[in-house]
Amino acid sequence: MIEFHLDSRSGVATYLQIVQQVKEALRLGVLDLGDQLPTVREVVADLAINPNTVAKAYRDLEREGLVVARPGRGTFIADTLAAPSLQHHEALRRELERWLAAAMQAGLDEDSIRALISNTLREALVRRVA
Amino acid sequence: MTAAVETRALGKRFRRGWAVRDCTLTIPEHAIVGLAGPNGAGKSTLLSLAVALLAPTEGTISVLGRDPWRDPDTLGEVGYVAQDAPLYRSFTVGETLDFARKTNAHWDSSLATGSLARLSSNSRVSALSAGERARLALAVALGKRPRLLLLDEPFARLDPKAGREFLQMLMDGVADIGATVVVASHVVADIERIADHIVLLSDGRVRLEGNVEELLASHRLLTGGSRPLGRIGGVSEIVRERSSGRQMTLLARLSAPVADPTWSVDEIGLEELLLGYMAPERLPKPAPQERRRLQWHG
Repeated sequence: MIEFHLDSRSGVATYLQIVQQVKEALRLGVLDLGDQLPTVREVVADLAINPNTVAKAYRDLEREGLVVARPGRGTFIADTLAAPSLQHHEALRRELERWLAAAMQAGLDEDSIRALISNTLREALVRRVA
Repeated sequence: MTAAVETRALGKRFRRGWAVRDCTLTIPEHAIVGLAGPNGAGKSTLLSLAVALLAPTEGTISVLGRDPWRDPDTLGEVGYVAQDAPLYRSFTVGETLDFARKTNAHWDSSLATGSLARLSSNSRVSALSAGERARLALAVALGKRPRLLLLDEPFARLDPKAGREFLQMLMDGVADIGATVVVASHVVADIERIADHIVLLSDGRVRLEGNVEELLASHRLLTGGSRPLGRIGGVSEIVRERSSGRQMTLLARLSAPVADPTWSVDEIGLEELLLGYMAPERLPKPAPQERRRLQWHG
């Protein structure tokens, strides 16, 4: 089952962090159709956050059709974001790991690596649109 | 929908002056409210008015739709933990819970004891740590299954770990009973994690009140070169201005996005927002009429 974590310094609203973490887990195939999300009580007890916040995140996910709430039973994944690309993830991850090893070998620190990746990604997206 | 707490022009005067003045606010049911403000702002007085420990000097307060002063039954549905979690120090944990069970018409002992798992019922209250005492006082308040729970500075004496445990117990209890909660604290970081509604008091007056998300969405920090301030498109109120030499920072309430490219526009955190409304620049001061108009109304 997915475990949520909070970054209180990120400036991202708590309910959005929960929504994003569910979506990310769906994209990566960590969560799949029929999987259950932790109950509001479980998230609240774990993170010490407002139950309304968890309920709001789950409502947002439900509105997007990603989860379905079954009263008295819990909230379940109703759709997947992984789509057919998931089969390629493993191979791509291995390539990325090789690339990361090379980057560290070359002396790049975490921030430089992040900057390089997000920059390159942005440019690639712009090129695709153009 | 009934409001959990509603005040109209509420005021309380002590011999030394007004502790709360001209206070009009509505706390929606099921909200988790951060009652913020510096020490001496009137937070404790407001909570004491809600539980009829004090009578209003002027104006009205209604709690769960009733007047707590005229209708003491209201208080059966209100849990209140005063500052420093007052308990009988010579009682044991078990005796404290027993006493609470006997003095409350509705008592949910599984809820009260379930949340105190690691506290031995034979321990004396005087031997408990600050964190344990805070959790015991909260258990006594939760056991009533209150519709409204009022907590006065519950984190004041807790270290970060005890504070987190207290918060977990509080949120878990609230998820169970669905109560409206008001947490008074002068430390914004303590309430930021849980509050979905904010009431900011300063010098006995309400400076800011509303849904946290809406407040954060409607306020921005504008940074740009110093200039005489006129109307800025999208800004409905300049809450605070600060300039340092050639640069100027404005805390602004927006009615629409700011399009003027000479301002860089940034989101603002809750703590910074509340400080902006508390800052002395916000308070009325002798200033030329024209300038004052700009400051208050953009």
